[in-house]
Amino acid sequence: MEVTEGHAAATVEFRHVTKHYDAAALRAGAPGAVTDLSFVVPAGRVCVLVGPSGCGKTTTLKLVNRLVEPTSGQILLDGVDVATGDPTVLRRGIGYVIQQVGLFPHETVEENIGTVPRLLGWSAARRQERAAELLELVGLPPSRYARRYPAELSGGERQRVGVARALAADPPILLMDEPFGAVDPIVRERLQNELLRIQERLAKTILFVTHDIDEAMKMGDLVAVMATGGRLAQFGTPAEILAAPASEFVARFVGADRGLKRLALVRVGELALRRPVAARVGDPAGPARDRIRADPFPYLLVVDPAERPLGWLDQDEVPETGSLDAGGLQPAVPVFDRRTTLKDALAMLLDADVQAGIVVDEDDRAVGLLTVDDVVAWLRSDGASRSPADAGREPAASDTPRSA
Amino acid sequence: MRDGQPLVDLAWVVAHLDEIARRTLEHLWIAALAVGVGFGVAFGLALLVLRVRRAYGPIVGLTGVLYTIPSIALFAALVGVTGISLLTAEIALVIYTLQILVRSIVAGFDAVPADVLEAADGLGYGRLERLRRVELPLAVPLIVAGLRLASVSTIGLVTIAAQLGEAFGGLGVLITQGLQTFFATKVYTGAILSVALAIGADVVFVLIQRRLTPWARAGANRLAG
Repeated sequence: MEVTEGHAAATVEFRHVTKHYDAAALRAGAPGAVTDLSFVVPAGRVCVLVGPSGCGKTTTLKLVNRLVEPTSGQILLDGVDVATGDPTVLRRGIGYVIQQVGLFPHETVEENIGTVPRLLGWSAARRQERAAELLELVGLPPSRYARRYPAELSGGERQRVGVARALAADPPILLMDEPFGAVDPIVRERLQNELLRIQERLAKTILFVTHDIDEAMKMGDLVAVMATGGRLAQFGTPAEILAAPASEFVARFVGADRGLKRLALVRVGELALRRPVAARVGDPAGPARDRIRADPFPYLLVVDPAERPLGWLDQDEVPETGSLDAGGLQPAVPVFDRRTTLKDALAMLLDADVQAGIVVDEDDRAVGLLTVDDVVAWLRSDGASRSPADAGREPAASDTPRSA
Repeated sequence: MRDGQPLVDLAWVVAHLDEIARRTLEHLWIAALAVGVGFGVAFGLALLVLRVRRAYGPIVGLTGVLYTIPSIALFAALVGVTGISLLTAEIALVIYTLQILVRSIVAGFDAVPADVLEAADGLGYGRLERLRRVELPLAVPLIVAGLRLASVSTIGLVTIAAQLGEAFGGLGVLITQGLQTFFATKVYTGAILSVALAIGADVVFVLIQRRLTPWARAGANRLAG
């Protein structure tokens, strides 16, 4: 077996890579040049190359699989210079997805996916099995799709097949050149989420080209912002780039709404959440009334015996005697879990027109409160620069809410 | 035509079935050989054009000039070089196929979408492998379109090759003799059969193309269903 699940990912390193085109090539429409590019993408990470058109991001991608040869410098995959071997052999070990997909119109979906395995000499039975496996992975039932021709697929389905074809021989590296640029926004969003889901399982090293800064921030563990002339303007995590753009160019490119973009990168669980003042149904009302009156937040959260939120009670409506019941509560909305992004949480808070949302854990127990003020305070505190190394897409699931 | 003679004398046809069959097969064979050889030459020229694009203008120019030479004149000119022979007939017929075939083969390869070629390169196809497994299958519709035109025109031209002599004229020999002897049956037999051959060849190529390009109908099915 040429390819095993063993080498799941590889490090990609650019060392002072420059690609210049001569006048004739430029007239023939050569893509953007690249100037002294150096960066390292650790194994298993998604690095997004983003920048205006003509900034050399596609050229950078093609330098990796030698569809373009550098004028000077080196590209190393797990420390091995790509220039040392046969380019066709190199390419069979690197997944490649392009915007127009480039499915072979005369081959069925199954045959398309089996392209690299066939070039590597896999048996027909094994290719077929692998194609079915990958169709499942990208959400296309093999029984319905394996025998179709590309002309019988929608744009989104073609892109999925393109991704499946790139993954066929389980390459350690995936190159994706604006893979979702040609589909409508709704399908694009779905494909992005699916790729992130697949990547969680496969953990490939992915170089992903886009001109869409939002897509870059969403998909990248690392983002390389490129400027015209193929220079690296900034390289870092999305949070680092949004919190501290390295130059005027980067700041303008990421946009005036970069504060809002940062909200999409942070999850509720990463904030220091305030504990709700809560009482169970059936608890004595008197002590609960004293506790909520002592708290700056004027609503008591009433929970069921399993600590799941039932609703809010205004502090003035908490009886002085007797026990609490579930009547007369205001609805307990919105509810977030720790993985909800601040952007979504803010939208839900504004939409529900309430002061606070309830954060629940895996067992739906109320563990924290989140207010609009909390979100604004986080933005002002420049929270994103707090721990840039892991403030990317990594969910902070292990964070425990602390009381404010 | 002589008075009182029927347009087609069926008795003559029945009595000469042997000769008619022989001439028909001969006709088919001469045409098939010309189209086959022409296709080989044109394919080589097309590959040259794909490698060296600048060669396209001169090649199409030359085959175009040859195509404009009247067939009778070309046959006559070649007799001076290769004598009255099958070779003479074939050389002329092959020359006439080149203009159509070179253009259609080059157009076929040019019609392969750029993104498909980029994907093929990126996935690790070698040059020959890409030509054989990707470019050629996708060029088939236009190549076959060229072969249909070339075969129909060649089948027509074979009748003129009969001017060279009885040995290499196929059904054209029947036509020529019929004209010389004012015998309409012979003329019609030759003409009708050569038209039938042309139509038959066209149908055969359409069937071949359907066989080779099941994928080309997939998009149409989708629209229909």
